[in-house]
Amino acid sequence: MNPPVATASQPLALREFHAFEAHGARFLYMVPSAGIFRMDGPSVAILDALQLGPQGAESLIEELSSDYPLEQIVETIEELTEIRAIGDVNAPKQQVPNDLPPEGFPLTTMVLNVTNKCNLACTYCYEYGEDKIVDTKYGDAPKFMSEQTAEESVEFLLAESRGQEVAHLTFFGGETLLNFPVLQQTVAYARRRAAEEGKRIEFSLTTNATLLRPEIIEWLADNQIGVTISIDGPKEVQDGLRVFHNGKGTYDVVQPKIKELLRVHRTRPIGARVTLTQKNMDVLEIFRHLTEDMGFWEVGLAPVTTQDQRDYAITPEGKDSMLSQFEVLAQEWLQCALRDEHHGFSNVKDTLEEIHKGVSKAYGCGAGLGLMGVATDGDVALCHRFAGSPEHKIGSVTEGIDRDVQNKFLEDHHIASKTDCHTCWARPICSGGCYHEAHVQYGESSHANLHYCTWVRSWTHTCLEIYGALAEKNPKFLERFDA
Amino acid sequence: MKHLKGINQKAARIEAYVQYEAAQARATELDVVALETPKPPHEEDGPHFPLGCSLVFFPGWEADQQGGTAGLCQPVERDLFDCHLSCFWPAHVPDQLNHSPDWTGNCASAQKDWRKLDLIFP
Repeated sequence: MNPPVATASQPLALREFHAFEAHGARFLYMVPSAGIFRMDGPSVAILDALQLGPQGAESLIEELSSDYPLEQIVETIEELTEIRAIGDVNAPKQQVPNDLPPEGFPLTTMVLNVTNKCNLACTYCYEYGEDKIVDTKYGDAPKFMSEQTAEESVEFLLAESRGQEVAHLTFFGGETLLNFPVLQQTVAYARRRAAEEGKRIEFSLTTNATLLRPEIIEWLADNQIGVTISIDGPKEVQDGLRVFHNGKGTYDVVQPKIKELLRVHRTRPIGARVTLTQKNMDVLEIFRHLTEDMGFWEVGLAPVTTQDQRDYAITPEGKDSMLSQFEVLAQEWLQCALRDEHHGFSNVKDTLEEIHKGVSKAYGCGAGLGLMGVATDGDVALCHRFAGSPEHKIGSVTEGIDRDVQNKFLEDHHIASKTDCHTCWARPICSGGCYHEAHVQYGESSHANLHYCTWVRSWTHTCLEIYGALAEKNPKFLERFDA
Repeated sequence: MKHLKGINQKAARIEAYVQYEAAQARATELDVVALETPKPPHEEDGPHFPLGCSLVFFPGWEADQQGGTAGLCQPVERDLFDCHLSCFWPAHVPDQLNHSPDWTGNCASAQKDWRKLDLIFP
């Protein structure tokens, strides 16, 4: 009940944030809140002064009083304190809270592995290649998901999506189109059941494009199914690692089929998904080929998930080269955005969306929470990359989620348990990264992906600069990310 | 905020929160209020319940909320220390600052020792 006792003011010091510049303006990316603030003259001056070391408010005012009116300095100190950019030098560092998601968190995306067979034999494949975690060849799981399991999965999705009006169902493989009959039946079934429940389901699939036929393309278009094509680039790149079982390259087979798909399927944007390896690092050439020659609306590129000793694993120098090429594309993306034009480099768009919303993640991704993968036998795993792995099973579509297993997973994989991340400014966006990547690299899905920290921070910094530039020069463009 | 401009959606939420906090802080300066309508700004989130004082309807000295006698309003020692120190409804106690600084010297625990408090004859 007593009024707080006024204490002598302690020196002020910088707290946690990441500063960046764009078009001459200076910004703060707050950590861990992920709020972004543009600074004016006095705020820049205060932060610069505190950069040299902690200082009392009185001496700060005295130092800056020749440049700014007293009132402005006091106001600014107050505002910087309020957003926690500066604070009492003795204030304890904010702990990373370890609160788990609320019970009953809805499932929004389910990935169905409709088959674990593939007609290709890409060397780097995480499902069949040297780093596979499930015995897809000799294991007990059926090669194809049955219609019944697919329908049970739809029921599982409808139930677990709880109050959400829209749920997403993604078909995955193996090569997804090897089980086309079940795809057709499942989409029809899911539409009918969703309508009965007053919900809507959106569909998408990933394919290597080798099995596309006119009637399949027509079905994809008619059913507004989002399509992602796994493709690595021009002929010499694609034929290097994306090969049939007999070693023959796939480019000449997929190229005409993709062109036909892009011509006919206009109901949803079609994206390309590229795996970058040490053997195909010409990001710019790949991107140009896929957008300009092939006509993809969007191209997303990701480095291969593998152990360092593989000959296609990207070396540290390779990562630097990849990043500098990403930066070239990112700058192109920015120039287009400033003119309100589309540019197909989806890596920027995805990161910018997270920056715009100010996400501050407790988990690297939604796996095991808002996203789950279903194996061909109906076992539910963290995500499609773990589907079929008994070690990463969290339930089944018939018996539901094992909440104890799920909670244990959520506790072990929480950012609060990744102490290495606690001093990193990029943790609101990265949060330790992909569980599968960690599993392959460290044998432990809960491990932080320390091997790409530098890369993630550089990339996040680049995207922050692009965000800042848009905020300065074309803020209207950012409204596209509002939804 | 005048010197920092929130750019993304999270910044907007931080600004809103900071404003709310500032309003809360201002409101606590209006500590003493009567039970009134409309509510003062710092109580918009909930009802105003002054604890243990005569402005709210307590069942009284005769029976507690359950109709029994176990939870009756507290006797004189509460008036002395609770009302005197923390309530806007001041209990009449000797002037401990000037004339009777040792008035409670024998009363280490009010609930046990309240009988040791004596009258003051100026």
